[in-house]
Amino acid sequence: MMKKLSVNRRTVLKGTTAAAAGLAMPTFFSGAAHAGYTNEPKGGTVTFGFNVPQTGAYADEGADELRAYQLAVEHINGGGDGGMLNTFSSKALRGNGVNGKKVVFVTGDTQTKSDAARASAKRMIEKDGAVMITGGSSSGVAIAVQGLCQDAGVIFMAGLTHSNDTTGKDKRANGFRHFFNTEMSGAALGPVLKNAFGSDRTAYHLTADYTWGWSQEGSIKKYTEALGWKTQAAVRTPLGAGDFSQYITPVLNSGADVLVLNHYGRDMVNSLSQAVQFGLRDKQVNGKDFAIVVPLYSRLMAQGAGENVKGIFGSTNWHWSLQDAGSKAFVKSFGQKYGFPPSQAAHTTYCQAILYADACQRAGTFMPSGVGAALEGFKFDGMGNGPTEYRAEDHQCFKDVLVVKGKENPTSKFDVLEVVEVTPRAQVEYDAKMLGGNLGPYNNGS
Amino acid sequence: MDAIFLQILNGLDKGGAYALIALGLTIIFGALGVVNFAHGALFMLGAFVAVSVKAILSLEIVTLDPVNKTAWGTPVEIRLPYVEAWFGDYGAVLINYAVPISVLIAIPVMLLLGIAMERGLIKYFYKRPHAEQILVTFGLAIVVQEIIKSVYGANPIPQPAPDIAKGMIDFGILVGFEAGNVVYPAWRLIYFLFSAAVIAAVFSFLQFTTFGMVVRAGMADRETVGMLGIDIDRRFTIVFGMAAVVAGMAGVMYTPILSPDYHMGMDFLVLSFVVVVVGGMGSLGGAVAAGFLLGILQSFASMNEVKDIFPGIDQIIIYLIAVIILLVRPRGLMGRKGVMEH
Repeated sequence: MMKKLSVNRRTVLKGTTAAAAGLAMPTFFSGAAHAGYTNEPKGGTVTFGFNVPQTGAYADEGADELRAYQLAVEHINGGGDGGMLNTFSSKALRGNGVNGKKVVFVTGDTQTKSDAARASAKRMIEKDGAVMITGGSSSGVAIAVQGLCQDAGVIFMAGLTHSNDTTGKDKRANGFRHFFNTEMSGAALGPVLKNAFGSDRTAYHLTADYTWGWSQEGSIKKYTEALGWKTQAAVRTPLGAGDFSQYITPVLNSGADVLVLNHYGRDMVNSLSQAVQFGLRDKQVNGKDFAIVVPLYSRLMAQGAGENVKGIFGSTNWHWSLQDAGSKAFVKSFGQKYGFPPSQAAHTTYCQAILYADACQRAGTFMPSGVGAALEGFKFDGMGNGPTEYRAEDHQCFKDVLVVKGKENPTSKFDVLEVVEVTPRAQVEYDAKMLGGNLGPYNNGS
Repeated sequence: MDAIFLQILNGLDKGGAYALIALGLTIIFGALGVVNFAHGALFMLGAFVAVSVKAILSLEIVTLDPVNKTAWGTPVEIRLPYVEAWFGDYGAVLINYAVPISVLIAIPVMLLLGIAMERGLIKYFYKRPHAEQILVTFGLAIVVQEIIKSVYGANPIPQPAPDIAKGMIDFGILVGFEAGNVVYPAWRLIYFLFSAAVIAAVFSFLQFTTFGMVVRAGMADRETVGMLGIDIDRRFTIVFGMAAVVAGMAGVMYTPILSPDYHMGMDFLVLSFVVVVVGGMGSLGGAVAAGFLLGILQSFASMNEVKDIFPGIDQIIIYLIAVIILLVRPRGLMGRKGVMEH
């Protein structure tokens, strides 16, 4: 028996509704053709989400980031002395908030754990209505939160993250990084190390066993081997090992004459202190003075290593002793409010908050694709790093890199590093394709 | 050969710390029947006694420089420690010897802290299940470390050894190696000797004093000792205080090796429990032997020659050995029958 096809008003309505929903589905999820966007501010305020480590080993660095964010919000809203807004080349921000809205903020605790950081970012987006997430003190965390922000349809302005992967293989359209990376550290340090220690050197690496450590080890090996250095060994050490002496004793009679410590934070403090304890800074090998290199320095953390940092080379994103107008304005503003100079973590997070606000103001919207377009290829100056560009291809800032050395005669507990060279941006620039990855499209969410 | 010798030395100083913490844990477990997860916090508190002593000795007279200004426009502060202002060079010597001075100060401080902890909290959990003891002591450890963090911050705080003990000792010459082949940091050798001395003192105390005899008897059979009319509870309070002193002194002496931070106790706690289990629950000799054994094995496992054959072995060796020993000797190396078996 043949089935009779019956068409009535109800089936037509069902069918057209289903077809309309089906056609709308892809664009709804990508958000491209959607007028609204995630957490579009409707009232007189706009909410920023500051996701920093408030507990755990990086809590002090997180506290400094939070101080900088509070200062940035104050300046954006017209409070205080205006800090680097006075020296910033863009004059879009006028001290009356962003796009006519006063900036307010919420905070989250990353605990320097990817899952905790994602949970706090999710809470700030879903419950608190944050239109942008920023902060953090670890590459693992940055990559995890960047992915979450991409999926949620908000902009992520990375905090302190130094792994190549953040704007390399794990880059996302909604993510932007002001901080430098391991590739730039290697390119900046290489020539300085050659001048200081010559081309005939044998290096021994101790490397923190996670994404940043591997990235840092790879970059330093690449640039030092290009100088003619040999790599004796590259030993992976567990994160948070505490006592590194069992990894340092094999260095003593290995024949290596340089120890590269690809460690950050507490690991750096401990491994460097213990390397000095084992006499490596004063040792002679192959007729040469033994050298220790810490590719990524943090002044805040270097204080923990005390006098052990004296004479040790490394690189840093920014240092409070810089004498350009932007740095001086920021140090003055931060120092007057808090009574001590800002760290590089504070500097990069302050810059990120200002750069985001400025981009929103220039774009006239908080929609991620609009803000992203305003940031891509944006050239600016007056923020403490000289002329800087947010490269469109990978959302990485390109600027001069500082090579620093532990100061021999510090005048205060904050005065532990001295800048030995400002490596020009051209020397640390690389092809965006080199680090792989794909930005993909912006997600404006809904 | 010199590489192996260096790793043995390294294992001994590392093992010294493990043994000292495990010794205190075992005394508390053996005598009081309490699984004390706050023992790492006592080690950390000892380290912060050193930080506090150094901070007190370094208290400064602050005067404002009338001429020079900081980068943010306030007058530069000129700082001079009070002890240097009062005692001149002797004051500088006091600051230089802050760590050894802290050991002496840590003894009464840790004894009082230990007694307060036992009287205030632990004694209420003697008859409770081990799971509840673990929960409450672990909670206590977290509270203590958060208090320390709120006062001292999260960053490590450097505590240098006295200048005289900062250098290296050519230990190899003493045992027939070529000069310069086995040089080792003086302070680490001092730490090993210190831990050996403390262990010997604790054993002697328990072995050769009447007090120690009562405690050992209490460890064997608490009820019978009580029936003999001995106030075993009061003695156990002192035993807890003593274990706190041992952990605290171990913490003080460790500060030049590892800049203390609020989390250092937790880092040692897990390892020390493995040491206690491997040594045998309640066995003092076992705890000490396992401490040194695991310290040395951990050092050997970190040698590149070993890691080339078994990649990553350095990160699991302690737990691997624990599994093997517990399979072969379920009560641990020197465990006694009946302990933790009911």
